[in-house]
Amino acid sequence: MADLRDLYQEVILEHSKQPRNFRELTGAERKAEGYNPLCGDHFTVYLNMDGDAIRDIAFQGSGCAISKASASMMTQSLKGKTRAEADKIFHRFHDLVTGQTHPNGDQPELGKLAVFSGVHEFPARVKCATLAWHTLNAALEGTQEPVSTE
Amino acid sequence: MSIAANTVTREMHPFSVALAPYDVEKVRRDFPILQQKIHGKPLVYLDNAATTQKPQSVIDAISAYYQEDNSNVHRGVHTLSERATEQYERARALVQHFINAADPSEIIFVRGTTEAINLVAQSYGRKNVGRGDEVVITALEHHSDIVPWQMLCEEKGARLRVVPINERGELRLDEYEKMLGPKTKIVAVGHISNALGTLNPIRKMVELAHRWNIPVLVDGAQAAPRIKVDVRELDCDFYAFSSHKLYGPTGMGVLYGKAALLNAMPPYQGGGDMISSVTFEKTTYNKLPHKFEAGTPHVAGAVGLGAAIEYVNHLGIENIAAYEHELLKYATEAVSAVPGVRLIGTAREKAGVLSFVFENIHPHDIGTILDQEGIAIRTGHHCAQPVMQIFGVPATARASFGLYNTRADVDALVAGLHKVREVFG
Repeated sequence: MADLRDLYQEVILEHSKQPRNFRELTGAERKAEGYNPLCGDHFTVYLNMDGDAIRDIAFQGSGCAISKASASMMTQSLKGKTRAEADKIFHRFHDLVTGQTHPNGDQPELGKLAVFSGVHEFPARVKCATLAWHTLNAALEGTQEPVSTE
Repeated sequence: MSIAANTVTREMHPFSVALAPYDVEKVRRDFPILQQKIHGKPLVYLDNAATTQKPQSVIDAISAYYQEDNSNVHRGVHTLSERATEQYERARALVQHFINAADPSEIIFVRGTTEAINLVAQSYGRKNVGRGDEVVITALEHHSDIVPWQMLCEEKGARLRVVPINERGELRLDEYEKMLGPKTKIVAVGHISNALGTLNPIRKMVELAHRWNIPVLVDGAQAAPRIKVDVRELDCDFYAFSSHKLYGPTGMGVLYGKAALLNAMPPYQGGGDMISSVTFEKTTYNKLPHKFEAGTPHVAGAVGLGAAIEYVNHLGIENIAAYEHELLKYATEAVSAVPGVRLIGTAREKAGVLSFVFENIHPHDIGTILDQEGIAIRTGHHCAQPVMQIFGVPATARASFGLYNTRADVDALVAGLHKVREVFG
């Protein structure tokens, strides 16, 4: 049986209550909106690039504890990373929350993001955990249309 | 047809006067799905506004139809076809009596409430709404009673007007009355709001609209399973509801329309069954209700809906309404007493639905934690995003009740909310 504490780890709850980089980046070079029509979660991710690297990243919006903590920790882990590095982390993160990672496998790229491993036991919440990441992708690619999880 | 109608009457009488105390434990035993555990806890199903569970008699009726009587309707001369046709039309008669329509031909079988509303918007609406005309809906509507009218208004260059609500989630009748006029071509309003539970004063709203000869469509998806619906007493022109919210199968629904209006409307879809004769030069349409039932209908769905109505009749819709009214009162008091809960929608006339927010905890998180306790509620915007915007919340948690819910279910919900607080510290 899935344990709620696997999902709602202390770190996740703490980030959901006090999200980091939770602000508008005024004059951001890139931004994108992400939306989950199922539950109404709605985020905007802002980016400033330095060549190929993410110089600054922030987000705003509203959502559940999982989506907000995921967005918050995403901004922390991606600051200073290149697009290729960010892409790799997203793939590792996606595998983690969809249960495609070997439980004992070493995931050095993920760092603190490993606290989201409990999400895969709650399939209905995978979209919450990945919303901000899909939105980031859209911002990196300069997509004009808001991203939807549906 | 008349034989089927007599059967209905004979079966309804002994039960409709049932005054025995409502035995909810006995009722629960009729629903096999409720006997299971979810995550090791007894299932507490509080998502009845989304869909209801099915009694054994409905499941059996659908099985029996496929095992014994399946055939196409209104065609063959063989025995099975006659049986299938008889059962299909018997279901129509059951629906007719259930909502007290004047004639079975006023009952159109459709896929659900959504299709019923689309039928009226596309058939009545496209014929009667033109540039500069107005369609009046309300701020409480489900998306299925907003979008079909938006599509119509966009196509025709008409204006969609929305009756506002007050802080309790009740319609502003004064504003409604001011909106009606010579430009108004139709009014569409929900009987009970799925997001807030508000019970709207339909009789009064119909009366006000009829002063301008404006027809009124009522979205009865939430009302048909919860209160006695009498379309002639309401005097509404169209009434739409779904089988699956009334303890019947999915994919089945009803559009009631006054015969004079339905007769004047063009068909919605073309095909078999809706015609009297076809040549390449000219097609003559069938009479009501078949004019609006193109193609082979969902016969098993009609049979299941008929069985669901018989089940509800057996308990008595008035008894169900009285029982659920008391349960909602109990739930309202119990849930409001949980510190940090704010009810969304506190109309003086309510039924079946308790929508709330809990501190700053997102409803989605509440839903996940309650699910671990075996409790099924709906979280989100409930296909009523405008309502959420009015109350300034992105989403709510919603417990909605059915004829098998108990005070113990409510107590489990309250205990679950304490668990939510525990997790979020």
